[in-house]
Amino acid sequence: MESDLGLWAIPIAMLGGAIRVSTPFLFVSLGEVLTERSGRINLGLEGTLVFGAMSGYAVAFLTGNAWAGVGAAAICGALFGLLHGLICSLPRVNDIAVGIALMLLGMGLAFFFGKPFIQPVAPDLPSISFGWWSDLPQVRAALQVNVLFLIGIVAAVALWWMFRATKVGLVIRVVGDSTDAARAMGLSPPLIRTLATAAGGAFAGVGGAYLSLFYPGSWNEGISSGQGLMAVALVIFARWNPIYCFWAAILFGAAGALGPALQSVGVSTGYYLFYAAPYVLTLGVLIATSSPTRAMTGAPGELSITK
Amino acid sequence: MTVMGHLAAGALGIETLGMTMRFGGFTALDRVSIRVAPGSFHALLGENGAGKSTLVKCMMGFYHATEGQMLVDGREARVPDPRAAHALGLGMVYQHFTLVPSLTAAENLVISRKDAPRIIDWRSENAALEAFMAQMPFAVPLDQPVRALSAGEKQKLEILKQLYLGRRFLILDEPTSVLTPDEADEVLGHVKALCREGRITVLMITHKFREVTAYADEVTVLRRGRLAGTGRVAELSHADMARMMMGDAELAQPAPRAGEAGPAVLSVEGVRARDRSGLKEIVIDALEVRAGEIVGIAGISGNGQMELMEILTGQRPAEAGTIRVKQTPYHARREEARVKCVRYLPEEPLHNACAAKMSVTENIAFRTFDMNGSGTRFWLSGREMKARAADLVAAFRVKTASLDAPMASLSGGNVQRAVLARELTGDVDLLVISNPCFGLDFTAVAEIRARIMAARNGGAAVLLMSEDLDEIMELSDRVLVMSEGRIAYARAVAEADLAEIGHHMGGHA
Repeated sequence: MESDLGLWAIPIAMLGGAIRVSTPFLFVSLGEVLTERSGRINLGLEGTLVFGAMSGYAVAFLTGNAWAGVGAAAICGALFGLLHGLICSLPRVNDIAVGIALMLLGMGLAFFFGKPFIQPVAPDLPSISFGWWSDLPQVRAALQVNVLFLIGIVAAVALWWMFRATKVGLVIRVVGDSTDAARAMGLSPPLIRTLATAAGGAFAGVGGAYLSLFYPGSWNEGISSGQGLMAVALVIFARWNPIYCFWAAILFGAAGALGPALQSVGVSTGYYLFYAAPYVLTLGVLIATSSPTRAMTGAPGELSITK
Repeated sequence: MTVMGHLAAGALGIETLGMTMRFGGFTALDRVSIRVAPGSFHALLGENGAGKSTLVKCMMGFYHATEGQMLVDGREARVPDPRAAHALGLGMVYQHFTLVPSLTAAENLVISRKDAPRIIDWRSENAALEAFMAQMPFAVPLDQPVRALSAGEKQKLEILKQLYLGRRFLILDEPTSVLTPDEADEVLGHVKALCREGRITVLMITHKFREVTAYADEVTVLRRGRLAGTGRVAELSHADMARMMMGDAELAQPAPRAGEAGPAVLSVEGVRARDRSGLKEIVIDALEVRAGEIVGIAGISGNGQMELMEILTGQRPAEAGTIRVKQTPYHARREEARVKCVRYLPEEPLHNACAAKMSVTENIAFRTFDMNGSGTRFWLSGREMKARAADLVAAFRVKTASLDAPMASLSGGNVQRAVLARELTGDVDLLVISNPCFGLDFTAVAEIRARIMAARNGGAAVLLMSEDLDEIMELSDRVLVMSEGRIAYARAVAEADLAEIGHHMGGHA
């Protein structure tokens, strides 16, 4: 049993999976944190994610440069966020309904424009090997870390710092916590929310590019398995803190890797059940952190779902 | 920092000349001229709707006066928007806090500055803030989120913020409405000292005569948009000021107390629950309200009164303990409330006791719409509901455009009256009330208090929670004080001592 690692293969595979699978969660949830901290909720990020995957793949294929694809995905994501932000700035518009509409629109447009790109092969995003010290191929595979994952970590820390020590960050928090206070300060809440939503959309777009350009690494219509929606739950779990978002993304990523990891050691019964682990985790997290009598700590005061 | 430079420039004097504000055909402010001398503490008295807020909003640039002008330090000033007012050195502390709850006090101060840096170097900002605080007569913990501050600390922080921003003329809108008497004295005492030193001028909107007498130099009284009187506080008695405020309007006098307290109607034993934050515990070991008495619970908001109210109305589950009404357990179900004749007037009734978008008729019918005499009915009778609503609206003088108007379109006082109409009609054996008069004008307050007293005299047990200590002292037979989720003090009203109550409210006893 020594040679094939036995049950040790499961945690190693889950670690690798956590790093691989968590990146889209991380980007989408960071985008959602940015949006929600400004007092809006964008449920359309699932659509943004899928459209980002398609546009990123298409541009990478057409230019032969994976980073150009990431840039294109970010721009498309920002446009979707901008659209959401502008529509929600109109009086009496519900951000949740707009989000669902944009989710469907984003997916529909991605499938429509993405048809010709299902066959061709686009260049992959580069990754760095952190497993050089080990002889075990499993460990080497697990520590094959994509550059976007590292950028995601930097972005999480940068967002955390921004909310704490920059004017922009404080202004976003003010707007998200109290529209009245923001107005009294002479700020324009709709404008700031729109910009925050656009920036959040860009994050989600990059998350999508990761899906099509690295893991799983191709464009097809089933590329997202609801990561964009689960990231919204993840933000609540992470209490709107970008650093916690990182840990939550890792946790969700590891749960997502549970099915494949078990399969790799030969557990084949109840296989679909293990694939459902992230969804079960989402439900579990939402139930465990909910309370009928307690106000949610850390929730931005102007958020329509927590008001 | 630039802030200190502004402070050195000293207090501003402000004068309005013939200020008039019309909204369509309605004149909210009619040729009001007032003069606030630099370095003085000036009180602005008046009932709700007398034009106090309109006047200060014109001064601050929220409204553009239809006619009239304003002089700042003797020079004519144009104030097209609040920013212009701020640039002149005018600042306002609102009745409702404008601090951002999730930001710390320090973050609130820094971000409110116009020249807040793009990247905030917290070390140097904190040093500057400490230097600023050292000059101030009162301190507030700067590293705490504002959410965690007490109401008194928030109010102090609001005033500090204005000074930090270099304002030299402060308008305070009922600054003590959420403070204990001790806190109010502390805050106003310090503000007064700042005036004496010539650092700021203060214009304070209030309805508390005691504060006017104790702190103000001069007073101006508005009535129905007009100047009703002005003068030096030292030369005016409370009766003079009341006459200026009310004119000749008759106030409904509270009905005299009648009857003896009967058997216990409500008894609460060993009830425990979590508060809204989930961090603090509400513990009510024993609470009893007997028929024909009013038990008043005083306390500063946020000490568990809201949670107690929610437990009694069934909005919040209790973790332990029993609530009995008329000796049998009570779970606040609709059926139980009907059989045991329990009625409620929660605070913010529009939110807690009404469906805001449903009509006045429907809201008034909430307790009876499915009742047909003593039985129940399946098909509603719109005609009966309407007739009943019309009767009650007339009897309780609810002002509404129509019976079909949504509840949300009514003013605060009228929502209160409509809910009282619903709750006080029929047999009432237990009435649980929270802040019934918050934000209402004198006539509405007197009328609502008279109705509560009438219910008591009719044999109802009344539990009254209020942040207004005067209201508690006026209405109650027994006074309790709630502090940090517990009942800290209990006395019959005749033996109660105001100072002692104040100490218990502040949690210092």
